[in-house]
Amino acid sequence: MTESLAITRFSDLANPTRFLSLAGRIIPWLAGLTLCLFAIGLYLSFTTEGDYQQGETVRIMYVHVPAAWLSMMCYTVMALSAIGTLVWRHPLADVSHKAAAPLGAAFTLIALATGSLWGKPMWGTWWVWDARLTSVFVLFLMYLGLIALNRAMDDPSKAARLSAVLILVGFVNIPIIKFSVEWWNTLHQPASVVRLDGPTIDPEFLIPLLVMAVAFTFLFFTLHLMAMRNEIWRRRVGAQRRMAARMAGRGT
Amino acid sequence: MMTLLVRDLKLSVRAGGGALIGVLFFMTVVAVIPFGVGPDLNLLSRIGPAIVWIGALLSALLGLDRLFQTEREDGSLDLILMQEHPLVLTVLVKCLAHWIANCLPLVIASPLLGLFMNMSEVAIGAVALTLLVGSPALTFIGAVGAAVAVALPRGGLLVSILVLPLAIPVLIFGVSASYAAVEDPAPFMPPFLILSAITLFFAVLGPLGAALALRNGGD
Repeated sequence: MTESLAITRFSDLANPTRFLSLAGRIIPWLAGLTLCLFAIGLYLSFTTEGDYQQGETVRIMYVHVPAAWLSMMCYTVMALSAIGTLVWRHPLADVSHKAAAPLGAAFTLIALATGSLWGKPMWGTWWVWDARLTSVFVLFLMYLGLIALNRAMDDPSKAARLSAVLILVGFVNIPIIKFSVEWWNTLHQPASVVRLDGPTIDPEFLIPLLVMAVAFTFLFFTLHLMAMRNEIWRRRVGAQRRMAARMAGRGT
Repeated sequence: MMTLLVRDLKLSVRAGGGALIGVLFFMTVVAVIPFGVGPDLNLLSRIGPAIVWIGALLSALLGLDRLFQTEREDGSLDLILMQEHPLVLTVLVKCLAHWIANCLPLVIASPLLGLFMNMSEVAIGAVALTLLVGSPALTFIGAVGAAVAVALPRGGLLVSILVLPLAIPVLIFGVSASYAAVEDPAPFMPPFLILSAITLFFAVLGPLGAALALRNGGD
């Protein structure tokens, strides 16, 4: 009973008007929460001591690591939406993965840029062709390719279905990114927060990092909802323009 | 299925020498490299396997947009979509035909280019062998891109952009296997086996994805 109720709730959202009203109610709260979390996270990350070896540059971690996590989570969200597009033909899933692609590209770019800024003092180079760096760069290229594909198509629903196929095929890259540091033992350090035997990172760094990660996640969801809302509005404006053009054509 | 294979092969051989253009492009790309890095034979023999692999990768991408495009133009794509055979099998056969017509000539041409690059006999053999095993993966990955871009008026460039990131693992293991054959400490088998595994993996995933895209992209 509850399950069928949940399914009806979910398919209720397929109505864009309902989604818009829900999004309108949620977005201010999400945005407020994001701001608070960022305030706390930034305060914490600037008041903790620097690392005894890395000095002040360790603070780059509080931006770099959450952005890198988000770049992978965004692709996962897109893959889930792609399944929604192909299996249930859920109209919001189309909008969802189209809206998420630029966000994912932005987070990946932040992760790459901060990583390279951090790499210069720590490793002595801006860029190495290490397994983790290369696979994240591939992820960035895939985001850009998906954006290009979406732009190249006229029909939005067809573009959504085709890019959904491509998203699902490209999903093989996500496990490669996650485990690249363990399979190829190269320069980038292995995972130190999410691991079976507990985090190996000092709580002093862990707490600001986690707060920043949650803040980034909320930022992603806020921006994602806003981008989806914009996309629905854009489609409505397009439809109304076409209708107006048709009416005008009939009038003369 | 055999008829389809033979038909595709005949079409690609007779319709304006598509395979020949691929090989020519391959030779041109490889021939341009010495102009860029200078005619230092030691350097060329060191980077040779990588150059031959990159050239093969680029020329394999070159012919990909023709995989479904001509079928769409003359309408036989709709017939293929409507027939009773599973579409995945049809796509697999079309990929095989495309590979025989376009990638196999590259594999055959690669020893000659290896000679140009002053590579040792072992390296030439290793490059030809890894290309033989790895290039089907390129075709299978490319089939997804070609199927996605088939509805686009000029999808050729977009196919390359979409497919290249996915083809990087093939390149990595192909090149590392070729180097492992020449340089002593690194063993040849592990990267070679991983390369075979990638090919088999994409032999399943590629036709599935391409069939899905063709079904969804139909008008």
